Amino acid sequence: MSTTDLLSLMPLVIISGSAVIAMLLVAIKRNHRIMHAFSVLAFMVAILSLFVQPYAVPYVIAPLFVIDAFAMFNTGLILVAGLSVLFLSFKYFEQREERKEEYYILLLLATVGGMVLVISQHFISLFLGLETMSISLYGLIAYLRARERSDEAGIKYLLLAALSSAFLLFGMALVYAFTGTMEFEGIGRYLKSIGTVPVTVVAGFGLMMIGVGFKLGIVPFHMWTPDIYEGAPLPVAAYIATVSKGSMLVLLMRFYRDIDGYEYTILWWVFAIIAMASMFVGNWLALLQQNVKRLLAYSSIAHMGYILIAFLAGQLAGQEAVIFYLVAYVITSIGAFGVLAILSDKVRDAELLEDFSGLFWRHPWLATVFTGMLLSLAGIPLTAGFIGKFYIIAAGVDAGLWLLLVLLVVNSVIGLFYYIRIIAVMFQPLTDKAPILTRQALPFFGVFALSALMGLLIWLGVYPSALIALIRDMMLTMG
Amino acid sequence: MTLFLFILIPIAGGLLAWITAAWNKELPRWIALLVMLFELVLAASLWWQLDDAARWSSDQWIDTFQRPWMPRFGISFSLAMDGLSLLMLVLTFFLGTLSVLVSWNEIKERTGFFHFNLLFVLGGITGVFLTMDLFLFYFFWEVMLIPMYFLIGIWGHANRTYAAFKFFIFTQAGGLLMLLAILGLYFVHAHSTGVFTFSYFELLDTPLEQNVGRWLMLGFLIAFIVKLPAIPFHTWLPDAHTEAPTAGSVILAGLLLKTGAYGILRFVIPLFPEASHFFAPWIMLLGAVGILYGGKLAYAQTDFKRLVAYTSVSHMGFVLLGAFAFNALAWQGVVMQMITHGISTGALFMIAGSLYERLHTRELGKMGGLWPALPRMGVVSMVFVMASLGLPGLGNFIAEFLILVGSWQAQPVITIAATIGLVVATIYSLRIMQKIFFGVSHREYKLPDLSIREGLMMAPLVIAIIWLGVYPQPVINAVKPTIPAIVQAPPVQPVPIAIHPTK
Repeated sequence: MSTTDLLSLMPLVIISGSAVIAMLLVAIKRNHRIMHAFSVLAFMVAILSLFVQPYAVPYVIAPLFVIDAFAMFNTGLILVAGLSVLFLSFKYFEQREERKEEYYILLLLATVGGMVLVISQHFISLFLGLETMSISLYGLIAYLRARERSDEAGIKYLLLAALSSAFLLFGMALVYAFTGTMEFEGIGRYLKSIGTVPVTVVAGFGLMMIGVGFKLGIVPFHMWTPDIYEGAPLPVAAYIATVSKGSMLVLLMRFYRDIDGYEYTILWWVFAIIAMASMFVGNWLALLQQNVKRLLAYSSIAHMGYILIAFLAGQLAGQEAVIFYLVAYVITSIGAFGVLAILSDKVRDAELLEDFSGLFWRHPWLATVFTGMLLSLAGIPLTAGFIGKFYIIAAGVDAGLWLLLVLLVVNSVIGLFYYIRIIAVMFQPLTDKAPILTRQALPFFGVFALSALMGLLIWLGVYPSALIALIRDMMLTMG
Repeated sequence: MTLFLFILIPIAGGLLAWITAAWNKELPRWIALLVMLFELVLAASLWWQLDDAARWSSDQWIDTFQRPWMPRFGISFSLAMDGLSLLMLVLTFFLGTLSVLVSWNEIKERTGFFHFNLLFVLGGITGVFLTMDLFLFYFFWEVMLIPMYFLIGIWGHANRTYAAFKFFIFTQAGGLLMLLAILGLYFVHAHSTGVFTFSYFELLDTPLEQNVGRWLMLGFLIAFIVKLPAIPFHTWLPDAHTEAPTAGSVILAGLLLKTGAYGILRFVIPLFPEASHFFAPWIMLLGAVGILYGGKLAYAQTDFKRLVAYTSVSHMGFVLLGAFAFNALAWQGVVMQMITHGISTGALFMIAGSLYERLHTRELGKMGGLWPALPRMGVVSMVFVMASLGLPGLGNFIAEFLILVGSWQAQPVITIAATIGLVVATIYSLRIMQKIFFGVSHREYKLPDLSIREGLMMAPLVIAIIWLGVYPQPVINAVKPTIPAIVQAPPVQPVPIAIHPTK
C-alpha cells in the first residue's frame, strides 16, 4: 500500500485511529466529557481531511476501493450526520446511569463501516463494511442495558441482521460462482458479454436483495424498523435512520450502475414492486401509530419507497434525485430525532404524542424546528424535503413512470395526515396539566446542532442550486 | 424590483411582528397594519399612474422582474404584472389591511405568531398573483397553505382542528396533481423544443398532442377548482370558513378562492386552449350546477358563517361559467366577479364576526329583530346583502350581468339555468336580513352599534362596492390588455351540449 493510498483513505484512517485511541482513553480515565470532545474532534478532523486531496479523483485502490467524487461526497455526508448525532448525544447519555464512554467507540466504529461501504467496489469490502457497521450497531442499539425494550431491540437486530447477512453471503457466493469475479464492474462486464442474466445470478441478486433490503428497511424486510427505532437510544435511532440506511443506499447505487442494472427489466420490476409496497405499508402503518418514534420508523419506510422511485427513474436525473433526497432526508431525520432526544428526560424518552402537547408554547424554537422537519418530510415548500420530492417527481416524469408517480402523490397525501397530526398537537393550547417530562434546561450543543440543521433545511429549500450543481458535477464525472 | 418588494415586505414584516411580540403584544398589530397600508398605497399608486386607456392598450405587462433561481431545471424567480395581477394585488392588500383591523379585538392571544401567519399568507398570495414561472407558482401555491392552516387551527372556533386538517388535505392533494401536470408540461416542452424551462411565456406555445394536452389540463383544473371551489370538491370550504377566525374567513373567501379563479384565467385557458375548448361545455355545466346547488345549500343553513360560505360556492360557479365562455364580455365579468365577491363576502364575514363578538353565537335562529339595537350595522349589512343578490348599482350586478351576457353567446341553455341562480340568490340573501335584523326580537338587546374601528373598516368596503357598481370602467380598462392574451386561443366553436336552440 503506497502513501497515496493511505492519504486517499485519510478520513477512514482518522476515524479508525480515533476508535483505537478512544479505547485507550477509556482505559486511562473514564470521563464522559473528554470522550465526547475527543469524538467530536475526530469527526471534525476527518471532515477537514476530505478537503485535502493530494491525489487525483477517481482514485482506485484495486481491487477493493474506489475513491471518486461520489464516494467523497457520501463520506462527507456520513461524517456530518455522525457529527450531528454526536452533538445530540451528550446530554442524552449524560443524564442516564449507564457507563457512557463506550458509546463513542461504537459510534466511531459504526462510522468506519459506513465509510467503507460507500467506497467499496468489491464484495469483500462490501461485507467487511457491512459487518463492521452491523456489529457496532448491535451494541449501540442495546446500549441502555437496564431497559427492557433496548435489550429486546438489540437482540432482535442481532438475529435479523445475522440472518440477512447470511442471505447476502449466499447470494454473493452464487453470483461469484457463476461470474467468477467479485468486483462490481467485472460482474457487469460478464453479464454484458453473455447478454442476459442467468437464473443462478438472478437468484444470487435476489438473495443479496434480502440483505440490502434489510439494511434499507424496505418492505417486505422492514419488520425490524419500528421495534429498533422504538427500543434504541434516540441518537442511535437517528444514526440508523441516516448513516446505516444512507451508506447502504449509496452502495446499492454504485453496484446497480456498475452491473448496468437498468438494462435488465426483471430487476426493475422487483424494485418497482418493493417501492410501491414500501410507500403504502409505511404510510398506512404510520397512520395508526401513537408513538412518535414508531411513526417516524414507518414514515422512513415510506421515504425509502420514494427514493426507490428516483432510483428506478435511472439516468442522470434519477441518480441526482436520489442523492439530493438522501441529503434532505438525513437532515430531516436527524433533526426530528434530535428534537425527541433533547426533550427526553432521564426516566424515559419523549415519544408519546401527549409529550408534544402544546410544545410550541413551552419551547417555541424546538417546536418550530420539529414543525420544519415534519413539513420537510411531508414535502412542503421552503424546506429541503420539498425540493427533494420535486426532484424525484421530475426524474419520474422524465422517465415516464406515471403509475409510480400517481402512487407517490396518493402516498404524500396519506403522509400529510400523520405529520399534520403531530404538528396540530404541538400547537394545541397549553393545559393545566404539568408537562409529563420534567426536563428543564435545554442542552446548548443539542439546540445548536438543531438550529444548524434547521438552517440547512431552509437554505436547501430556498436556494438548492449550489447543492444541485455539486451533485450534478459529481454524477457527471462518475459517468 | 417593486414586484419583488411586494412579496418580500409582508414576509419580512411577518418575521418582525413575530419577533417584536416578545416585547410588546400590541406591536405586531401596528407592524402588520403599516405593512399592509404601505403595500396598498404602493399597488394603488401603480394603478393610479397607469390608469389611462392609451397606456393600457399598448402593452400587457406593466413590470417584470427576473433572476435565475435553479438553473439546473430552468427555474427562474420570474415575476410579472399585468392589469389582472395588479387588480388582484390591490384587492389582496385592501382585504389584508381590513383583516388586520378586524383582528384588533378578536385576537388577544399570541398576537405575534398570528400576525406572522397573516402576513405570510398574504405574501404567499401576492406571489401567486405575480409569478410567471410555473415552479415558482406551485411554490407560492403551497407556501400559502401552512400559515392558513395555522390561522384556522390555532385561532379558529370549536371544531378548528378538523376544519384546518380538511382544508390542508384537500388543497394539498389538488396541488400535487397540479405539480404532476406542471412537470408533464415541462418535459413535453423540453422534448419538443429541447429547452428545459418553467417559464410561463415559453411554455405558452408548447405544441401538445390532443390527449396529452387534455390530461395535463385536467391536472391544473382540478387544483384550481378545489380551491375555487366547485362541486364536487367544495366540502372543505364551509368547514374552513366557518371555523376560521374572522380574518381567516375574509382571506379565505376574499383571496384564496380567487387564486383558483386566477389560475384558470392565467394558466388553464392560455396554456391548454384546445383542451379548454373541448371541456368548456362540461365545465360551464359544472359552474351552473354549482350556482344552483350552492344557493340551495346556502338557503338551508342555520349558521350565519356557513350560509355565507355556501354563497361563495354559488358565486364562484359564475366564475367557471364565465371563464369557459371564451369571450371578452364574460371574462371582464369574471374579473369583476372576483373583485366584487371578495369585497362583498369579506364584508359579510366581517359582519358575522362583529355579531359573534356581541352575541357569541352564529346561529340564525338565536338572532332576529336586531335592527333597532344595531341600526348602523343593519344598514351596512343591507348594502352587502343587496350586493350579494345582484342589485343593480352595486358591483356584483355588473359582474354577473357581464358573465351571463357573455355565456349566453356560448351556451344559452346553461346560461338560462345559471340565471335562475339569481333568483335563488335573492331568496337566500333576503333570508339573512330577515333572520338577523327583522322579525321579532327574542330578547331585549342592549348592544353597542358599530364602533369607530368597525365603521372605518366598513366604510371603504361600502364605498368600493358602490363605486364598482356605478363606475366599473377602471377595472375593465385594467384587464383589457390581458384579455386578448387569453383569447389568442384558436377560435374553435365550442361543442354544444344537448339541445342548441339555433339548430
